[in-house]
Amino acid sequence: MIAIIDYDTGNLRSVCNALERIGAEYCVTDNIDIIKSADKVLLPGVGEASSAMNELQKRGLCDVIKNLTSPVLGICIGMQLMCRHSEEGNVDCLGIFDTDVRRFVPDASKGVKVPHMGWNEIRNLQTPLFDGIEEGAFVYFVHSFAPDICDDTIALSCNGREFTAALSKGNFYATQFHPEKSGDIGEQILKNFIAL
Amino acid sequence: MVAKRIIPCLDVKDGRTVKGINFVGLHDVGDAVELGKAYAAQGADELVYLDISATVEERNTFTSLVERIALNINIPFTVGGGISTIDDAARLLDVGADKISINSAAVRNPGLIDEIARKYGSQFVVLAIDAKKVDDKYLITTHGGRQLTERELFAWAREGEQRGAGEILLTSMDHDGTRDGYPCELFAKLCSELSIPVIASGGAGSVKDIADVLSVGCADAALAASIFHYGEITVGELKRELKKQGIKVRI
Repeated sequence: MIAIIDYDTGNLRSVCNALERIGAEYCVTDNIDIIKSADKVLLPGVGEASSAMNELQKRGLCDVIKNLTSPVLGICIGMQLMCRHSEEGNVDCLGIFDTDVRRFVPDASKGVKVPHMGWNEIRNLQTPLFDGIEEGAFVYFVHSFAPDICDDTIALSCNGREFTAALSKGNFYATQFHPEKSGDIGEQILKNFIAL
Repeated sequence: MVAKRIIPCLDVKDGRTVKGINFVGLHDVGDAVELGKAYAAQGADELVYLDISATVEERNTFTSLVERIALNINIPFTVGGGISTIDDAARLLDVGADKISINSAAVRNPGLIDEIARKYGSQFVVLAIDAKKVDDKYLITTHGGRQLTERELFAWAREGEQRGAGEILLTSMDHDGTRDGYPCELFAKLCSELSIPVIASGGAGSVKDIADVLSVGCADAALAASIFHYGEITVGELKRELKKQGIKVRI
């Protein structure tokens, strides 16, 4: 069973739909015991970092997530919350990954837009999360902030500056892009996570 | 850098798509889910479903259709048409829409943009603008181009961005349906004034038109309907042509 953490940060529906399409069993929950005993845990979410951190704290989930030993996948804001600190709302996050989250700077002359929205390439792909995914594959991003590159970076992308598109450390994984909206490639990445 | 997006637009009435009579290889072109899946398989980057229903019953049919689309389509999609309150937006978010587009209702009540963006995020809000050239200015129209307002295009687009819109979808009503190409200078000027993405709509008659608006016009995405629905070119063929011309697209 995959536990999708429900912490009131917008639309979890698309993640559920993607798991339906690939035939995975899941539940949406903020129950600590269910999260601790799940085979896999997903931390999705859209929204603003400091209020999302606040929602995790309110539910007593911060230490629970940090101490999980089963594979965990953070998506988009979920990934950012697993980093040390976010510039969005100037908030300290879970600190699972040794990197900080910074805003993109728009630059009309170079075509750099904020939010970074649409399909972009991912490169330097590492770990089983990207098994069967080619270098330069396109995935779907929607975000204005992104983690800096660090030792835990397992995929890179570029929007004005190079940034971390995916992270992994031990049993923790995270993607800045939305695998649940990234067509067949995204579904393959979710399948790879489930197969871990 | 992010790839330029190609976005087929599907008009829906009473739960059925109303164009697409020459679409090759499809059992039921009226089935909005089947048509959307076919476009996704061809390489569409996103889809827009526009509800052109006139009655409450038809609108409810659209909501349950959106739920089916969300379950079956694995790329992002926007829904628009008749969204005039935050409750309309919430209803569509709840059934799985990735984005909503608002048009006349935002002109009537600009605070609606702030309200939806604050609650659900800017990525959820596409501000659709229908503009018409009057003398030497571009003015905003509402109700599908039937009503001219005094709002000026660039000021309104900037206001929309400040209020929290995540993207602007601009249709030039002077070009829409003409298949004569997009007004590239207009798009280039708009893109230079905004930091959010701009989607060009209305006027595509050929690959060259789309290539022009994505290069000369600097648009981030091109939305088109009839060029795809009548089977003149598939999304895949179009994107391969664009790539040949040096435009970055997802193949």
